[in-house]
Amino acid sequence: MAEFKEISADAPMSEKALTWIDNRFPLSKLYKEHLSEYYAPKNFNFFYFFGVLSLLVLVIQILTGIFLVMHYKPDAAMAFASVEYIMRDVPWGWLIRYMHSTGASAFFVVVYLHMFRGLIYGSFRKPRELVWLFGCAIFLALMGEAFMGYLLPWGQMSYWGAQVIVNLFSAIPFIGPDLALLIRGDYVVGDATLNRFFAFHVIAVPLVLLGLVVAHIIALHEVGSNNPDGVEIKAHKDSLGRPLDGIPFHPYYTVHDIMGVTGFLLVFCAIIFFAPEFGGYFLEYNNFIPADPLKTPAHIAPVWYFTPYYSMLRAITGEMMYALIACVLAAAYLGATRAKISNTLKGVVIGAAVVGVALMLAIDAKFWGVVVMGGAVVILFFLPWLDRCAVKSIRYRPDWHVYLYAIFVVNFFVLGYLGMQPPSSIGERVSQVGSLYYFGFFLLMPWWSTLGETKPVPDRVNFVAH
Amino acid sequence: MSETPVDTSKRTWLIASSCVGAVGGVAVAVPFVSTFSPSERAKAAGAAVEVDISAIKPGEKLTVEWRGKPVWIIRRTPEQLEALKNVETQLADPESKRKPSELTPEYARNQGRSIKPEFFVGVGICSHLGCSPSDKFQMGPQPSLPDDWQGGFLCPCHGSTFDMAGRVYKNKPAPDNLEIPPHMYLSDARLLIGEDTKA
Repeated sequence: MAEFKEISADAPMSEKALTWIDNRFPLSKLYKEHLSEYYAPKNFNFFYFFGVLSLLVLVIQILTGIFLVMHYKPDAAMAFASVEYIMRDVPWGWLIRYMHSTGASAFFVVVYLHMFRGLIYGSFRKPRELVWLFGCAIFLALMGEAFMGYLLPWGQMSYWGAQVIVNLFSAIPFIGPDLALLIRGDYVVGDATLNRFFAFHVIAVPLVLLGLVVAHIIALHEVGSNNPDGVEIKAHKDSLGRPLDGIPFHPYYTVHDIMGVTGFLLVFCAIIFFAPEFGGYFLEYNNFIPADPLKTPAHIAPVWYFTPYYSMLRAITGEMMYALIACVLAAAYLGATRAKISNTLKGVVIGAAVVGVALMLAIDAKFWGVVVMGGAVVILFFLPWLDRCAVKSIRYRPDWHVYLYAIFVVNFFVLGYLGMQPPSSIGERVSQVGSLYYFGFFLLMPWWSTLGETKPVPDRVNFVAH
Repeated sequence: MSETPVDTSKRTWLIASSCVGAVGGVAVAVPFVSTFSPSERAKAAGAAVEVDISAIKPGEKLTVEWRGKPVWIIRRTPEQLEALKNVETQLADPESKRKPSELTPEYARNQGRSIKPEFFVGVGICSHLGCSPSDKFQMGPQPSLPDDWQGGFLCPCHGSTFDMAGRVYKNKPAPDNLEIPPHMYLSDARLLIGEDTKA
């Protein structure tokens, strides 16, 4: 608790007002801690724009969302028409709607790049594990938000996309069908489903998202930002205790970020005005047809940001289960023979593998498809404990690590592409290999990340003044 | 703080009252979670549907809505019925043995999965993730299907295939055959979907 500060009666009005507030609310303290005296490394590069851009898109989505809700009707009989009403009859409604729909895709673009930045520079490593965990939770909430928002226009893709994803839950043994019923609130996706998804999309999930974003930033500002070199700037401080390689967030990065924001808005506006559907990637053509519970469109695929995970779901077939069982057995064998763990733990590993294989044989591939799809997101949470490389940043890792990361990125794009395509036998094989690589990359990370010769890490960050 | 001795009696009461509070909190959650389940109105909907099938020509399909789901009525041609025999080895469950009580009423546990061989009545919802499969009645090679295709259905979502009796092919994401709804013929031309009191 701060002491009550007295100020002389001659002080200017503004100073008096600030003191009055500071005695009642830590305004100056917050400003200093998070802006003017938050020291960020001076060597940030292009990838460091995407944190602030995520925040910008969040604001755009909330603002445009509020205005859309003023005209939208969450009723199965009226929803589709009310969206068209916004597009055609509400003054400037089309712009607000396109900002919101383009914003959804933009959100995933900036968040994927933001996560990729964290991945390559080791920003999830000690002491930033909680920053990463809050971030992963934000990603998960964002996926839920995007999925539920997509039902609201009540077009064909909205309807059948929701039908597929809700039915994923019914694949869970025993409780599945009841759970799916509880989510839908009816025996099929219908008015009850639309109404509750609306409630979640506009109230529940945004509140959770905002809370998580605050937690993400508080955790970040507690430990300080990482940087492309992955060295701690707090290791070298000046006489006043300020990091030598740090610069105050305000004004340096606030001004710097204006450039990133400008660049982003340039692209964002170009899409809104010239290609709001983005060739069917941002707004799928089938979604301009009202939902028809009797007819699935000839080709259905989720919006692009979900397709890598959707590919993994499709990759799990009866045949693929045998490959997965082989992987589990190989892992158990290696664990039992090679791992430096106690015999009891080895027994546990073998026991778990036997139970796992038995379950894999007993339960439908459909359920395991769901497990794989969920696991692909959940595994991100474990990253801080999977990576055991001696250095944080990719700059100082062995060269072949860079290739593994590069293949990971290409693989993610290939999975994303295949998820948009109609099912095919070649595509199925490729997505099966891709899924194995995705999981192998993470699950084998404790092993491969320790291999190879790392390069010497500098004491201070690399920085060339402009 | 650490110098103050712990008052164990106070602590016991604190723990006890916290536990009671937690139970109360959980109890309050019950009505909230309950609102998620289908309403009485949703439960009441789902009456049987009567359909006139006299106008369906061989090889044609009629789709009607029953409990919000598409129900297909297909009048199969002799060739299509013949094809049902040829594909049996490629099917996952040709004799409708899996989950018979949910998927196949007793009177439909035959090769054509129907009361009358000619008319197939089935719920057009894939057993994988609930998409409605598309008609692929034409035989022979075509995109997304094997070259020796004998006619049937292709689910556009994940590529599961079904024969003309809604039986699922092996090695596909869908585990089960299409559901056959309870149904009965009131006369030659009138079909009732949703009830089978006669059986």
